[in-house]
Amino acid sequence: MIGEVDPTIINLTVFVLAIFVGYHVVWNVTPALHTPLMSVTNAISGIILVGAMLAAGPAESDWGVWLGAVAVTLAAINVFGGFLVTQRMLEMFRKKDKKGSA
Amino acid sequence: MSANSVALAYLVASVFFILALKGLSSPLTSRRGNLFGMVGMTIAVITTLTVTKNWALILGCIAVGGTIGAVVARRVEMTAMPELVAFMHSLVGLAAVFIAIAAVNNPVSFGLPAVLPMGSKLELFLGTFIGAMTWSGSVIAFLKLSGRMSGAPITFGGQHMVNLVLAIVMLGFGLWFFFSETTNWTAFAGMAAIAFVLGFLIIIPIGGADMPVVISMLNSYSGWAAAGIGFSLGNPMLIIAGSLVGSSGAILSYIMCKAMNRPFLSVILGGFGSEGGTAAAGDGIQKTYRSGSADDAAFLMGNADSVIIVPGYGLAVARAQHSVKELAEKLHAKGVNVRFAIHPVAGRMPGHMNVLLAEAEIPYEQVLEMDEINSDFSNTDVVLVLGANDVVNPAANVPGSPIYGMPILDAYKARTVMVVKRSMAAGYAGLDNDLFYMDKTMMVFGDAKKVVEGMVKAL
Repeated sequence: MIGEVDPTIINLTVFVLAIFVGYHVVWNVTPALHTPLMSVTNAISGIILVGAMLAAGPAESDWGVWLGAVAVTLAAINVFGGFLVTQRMLEMFRKKDKKGSA
Repeated sequence: MSANSVALAYLVASVFFILALKGLSSPLTSRRGNLFGMVGMTIAVITTLTVTKNWALILGCIAVGGTIGAVVARRVEMTAMPELVAFMHSLVGLAAVFIAIAAVNNPVSFGLPAVLPMGSKLELFLGTFIGAMTWSGSVIAFLKLSGRMSGAPITFGGQHMVNLVLAIVMLGFGLWFFFSETTNWTAFAGMAAIAFVLGFLIIIPIGGADMPVVISMLNSYSGWAAAGIGFSLGNPMLIIAGSLVGSSGAILSYIMCKAMNRPFLSVILGGFGSEGGTAAAGDGIQKTYRSGSADDAAFLMGNADSVIIVPGYGLAVARAQHSVKELAEKLHAKGVNVRFAIHPVAGRMPGHMNVLLAEAEIPYEQVLEMDEINSDFSNTDVVLVLGANDVVNPAANVPGSPIYGMPILDAYKARTVMVVKRSMAAGYAGLDNDLFYMDKTMMVFGDAKKVVEGMVKAL
């Protein structure tokens, strides 16, 4: 390649491709599971936890660390809450499943 | 860990997130999908720990947040899922804002240059403003859904003008922030504050039954907020995960709008249902309807061959899902073919009814989507409408009606229709429902749960 590509362009490439993947994957989700879809995407958007950890854990610390710590707590609520409530809901769909086939 | 190993681990985590969503294509693979999501998140967090300090603080905060999340997830009632989801969107939004502030304060800790380049400033601007709007919008959605605030649309003159002016002022602050040589906190704070206010203003004019669209839209925003932070930090995993969530929310909003036959923009601009009430009542004719008791209804259903139950938001409000399950079982024991018809916008969020029926352990083969069951109404003996209104309003087939073109469940085609409702009040669209006045329709007034319990007793 000629010269160096701006990292933002690479990020943009990833972004656009990820949207396409998301588009195709989500259209295949069965409508009955749309609520679990929302709660699991809630958990996944908790990935912002990674950014929060970077904010909370720099080498030299100042008040930004405390802001990061709050963000870590908030994102962790999302991650744990989201995955666990999704699991709880999906268990309900399983019970039905067994009875239905019995 | 080296930067390359970290990036590779993040790639693995990203793939797990994609698999998590893929799993939801069927109830059979969904639990494995959720597990993949958890694995992805674990990889992401452990990898990040290797490049940060302050482990005690970080792990302590994760433990606190995780405990709160776990307790909430365990305790929340299924009828309250829309509130929980709105609440969680707000957290993502707020976290995004905090991270952006921390990044502006100390760019070096995020691997950014000490003096932020224009590109990073733009990305931080986007992350902050989407995050701030997600937060305040979700707080309003939460208050409306949990009944702490009226679900009615709140409108005032010049509302859209005010929003537009605010948006322009916000952009102005943004430009000031971009073109300042040093870190311009005034511009940043001004921009963030206006974004918070905009989030409030955009959601308050949107009414209760449009909530499925709002909540999907905020779901989408929370994803874009994460992706925006991913851009700021140059982290592809955040971009991927954020885009997955963003497109998921966008698709759900689209599906919901389509199910109401309303353009997305009209839903977002709000105020629907506040002016429509006069159009239908204008003919001035006192229409008559027939009402009956739960016992009458039970008798009719007990003697039918086939019954379709149409649940709506009223079922969720009355928490009647378990009683409905009993009713279905009783009827089933009498040899009646009982099925459930779900309209895409029934309830307050996508898939709301499915989860409630699943909680009551109603077998999912009996629960059908609109497209699957609509052609069966005409040869069904009894349709029982439980707390639904607009989604069965035949006015949707009448040109000129405010809801003309909205796909509905063809309940009116059944031989007998029974409607359980608290009163004759109009539905969300402010429209009278001709279904209620048909000769073959019987109204059963009362709380959905009490009425259904009465039916169970009578059978």
